[in-house]
This record gives sequence, structure tokens and C-alpha cells, in this order.
Amino acid sequence: MMFVSAGVAVIICMLLGLARAFIGPTLYDRVLAANAFGTKTVLMIALLGFIMGRPDFVDIALLYALINFIGTIAILKFFRYGNFGQAGRERPAGEEPQ
Amino acid sequence: MRHAISLGLTLFGVWLLLSGHYTPLITSLGVVSVILCVYIVLRMETCDHETHPIHLTTRAVMYWPWLAIEIVKANIDVAKRVFSAGPNISPAVYYVKSSQKTELGQVIYANSITLTPGTTTMDIDEGTFVVHTIAKDVGDDLCAGEMDRRVSLLEGRS
Amino acid sequence: MMYLALELLTWLSFLIGGFFLITGGVGLIRFPDFYTRIHAAGVTDTLGAALLLLGMVLQSGDVLTAIKLIMIGFFIFLTTPTATYAIANAAFTGGLKPILHEDEGDGSSKT
Repeated sequence: MMFVSAGVAVIICMLLGLARAFIGPTLYDRVLAANAFGTKTVLMIALLGFIMGRPDFVDIALLYALINFIGTIAILKFFRYGNFGQAGRERPAGEEPQ
Repeated sequence: MRHAISLGLTLFGVWLLLSGHYTPLITSLGVVSVILCVYIVLRMETCDHETHPIHLTTRAVMYWPWLAIEIVKANIDVAKRVFSAGPNISPAVYYVKSSQKTELGQVIYANSITLTPGTTTMDIDEGTFVVHTIAKDVGDDLCAGEMDRRVSLLEGRS
Repeated sequence: MMYLALELLTWLSFLIGGFFLITGGVGLIRFPDFYTRIHAAGVTDTLGAALLLLGMVLQSGDVLTAIKLIMIGFFIFLTTPTATYAIANAAFTGGLKPILHEDEGDGSSKT
């Protein structure tokens, strides 16, 4: 019962975050909303594990916490540099990494 | 070398806690994977006092409770602002001097600022942080330098 | 007795945590510009998440699960400020200007 009520709070918060991701005027608003959404997904997965009586879900939540962080950083890096590989535009020409 | 051993022990501890199986076969597989990880990290030369700051451990234990209390206070403050009738905010940008000597100390300070709701580090320029605050009084509290002093204490003499 | 106290503590932390989660969500909608929304998102990411995890730790009844939940909290507390800084820095270097108090005169008239 208590897990369900906590889950309802998480879902309300997720919906508000989704609304911000839809209307958010700038790109950064959307990335921020996506990041916050990911944090709440972690909580939701852990809560679902308790609701369904399978605490193994906590492992998945742990992984998702790490993936969420890397995902946000990757998105920002992509938008700033235009690719995932090299440092790209901000590196002065002629200065190659080893 | 000290860092490599400590990293290996930490990784193996995490592995034991996460796996939950303690048969000899599984445990030896864990030892192999930990050794592989430490070898890769040593080859990347990213195992030093900066990425694995064991010298901070004891002082960090003293710093975290203080930071936790600050976070709770700031949360209540921001929650009040969210639910007040007209949004009771006066956003401001502050330039905060940091007194830390090492980059690690500056990163800890900047992250502590960001972790506290109501203040966010936007940019770091040679020891000066560009900090966005939700209201003027929050920023004035930050400029009083209590957190700066405590992070410098945490950083210690190194 | 012990069981009842544990149950009550869990309810308390879930209720307060849920309140802070929804506060963060409402702030994410209500605040006027990107930089102020960061602060609202910070509310959910710190105290809301921490209290919910605390409630689950109290209910886990299994040391390994409790440790995993504490590790989730630890990782969230390590990674959230870094991700937030990355977003704020990207916006700042990208030239997004924050709304400042002086710009709007009264400050309370604009949503």
C-alpha cells in the first residue's frame, strides 16, 4: 500500500516532468526534464520491485542510475561538439590528440 | 600503488555486495574481473589522488553530515518558494571566489554548490565560480563563505 | 512494537519524500526560466529521492538489498551535481541569458 502511494507521487512528478519536456522552450529545458525523468525512473523501478515482491529489481535500478548519468553527458557532448568521438570544434586546428 | 590496491579492494567489496553468490567459482571469477579492471585503469594512468582520493576519507566523513543538513534547509526554502502565491524569486548571478588550492577541492566546492538546491554553478574560471541563485538572500548566504571554509578544511594541506 | 515504528517511519519518509517530489515537479512547470527550473529539479533529485530511498531501505528487510539501495543513493548524489553542472554550463556557454531580478522591475509580475 505504502509503495503504491509513493509510486503515485513518482508518477505525478514524472508527468509534470514530461509536460516540461514537451513545452520547454529551449533545448536545455528538455535535457533537464529528461535528466530529472531518469532519476525518477530509477526510483520507480526500485518501487516496482517492492510492489511486485521481487527486490532483484534494485539491481536494474542501480544500473539505470549510472546509464542515466552517462546518457545525459553524452547528449550534451553531442549537442556541443556535434559528434561523440573527438573533441571537435573547440580544439584549435593543428593540435591533434596523441 | 597505494591507490591501485585501494581501488582493487573497493571494487572487490562492491562486487561482493552486489553479487550475493559466494561459491568459490563465482568469487574467483570476481577476483579475475577486479584484477582486469585495475590493470586497465593502471594502463590508462588514471589512478591517482585525483580520481581515487583516499586521503580525503576521514575528513569527508566529517563534511557530509554538515552538507546534508544544508541540503535539507535549502530544500525547505526552495519548496516554500515554489508554493508561494506569486513565485517568490529574485534570480541573481554571483561571482564567488573559491579559496581551494587544488582542482579537486574546487570540484568538490562547485559540486556542493550545485547539489544544494537554490544555487547552481554555471561556469568555473580560474578559481572564480559563476553561480546562479534563486534569490538574493540565498546568494548572500553563499558569499558569507561558510561552505568555502569547510571545503578548504576538507581539502586540508596537500 | 518495533514493526509498528518501522512502518510509521516508512510512511513518514514516503509522505515527505513524495511531497518534495511533487514540489520539484510543480516548480519545474511554474518557474519562469531555465536556470530557475534547475533549482526546482534539484529539489526532487536530492531530498525527494533520498527520502524515498530511505523508506525503501527501512522496508527492505534484507541487508544486501538495503546496501544496494544505499548505493543507488550514493551514485545519485555523486552524479546529479555533475550532470546538472554540465547542463547549466552548456546553456551558459551556449549563450542562454538568465532572467535577472533587475530586468523585470518588480520581479513578481511575470510568471
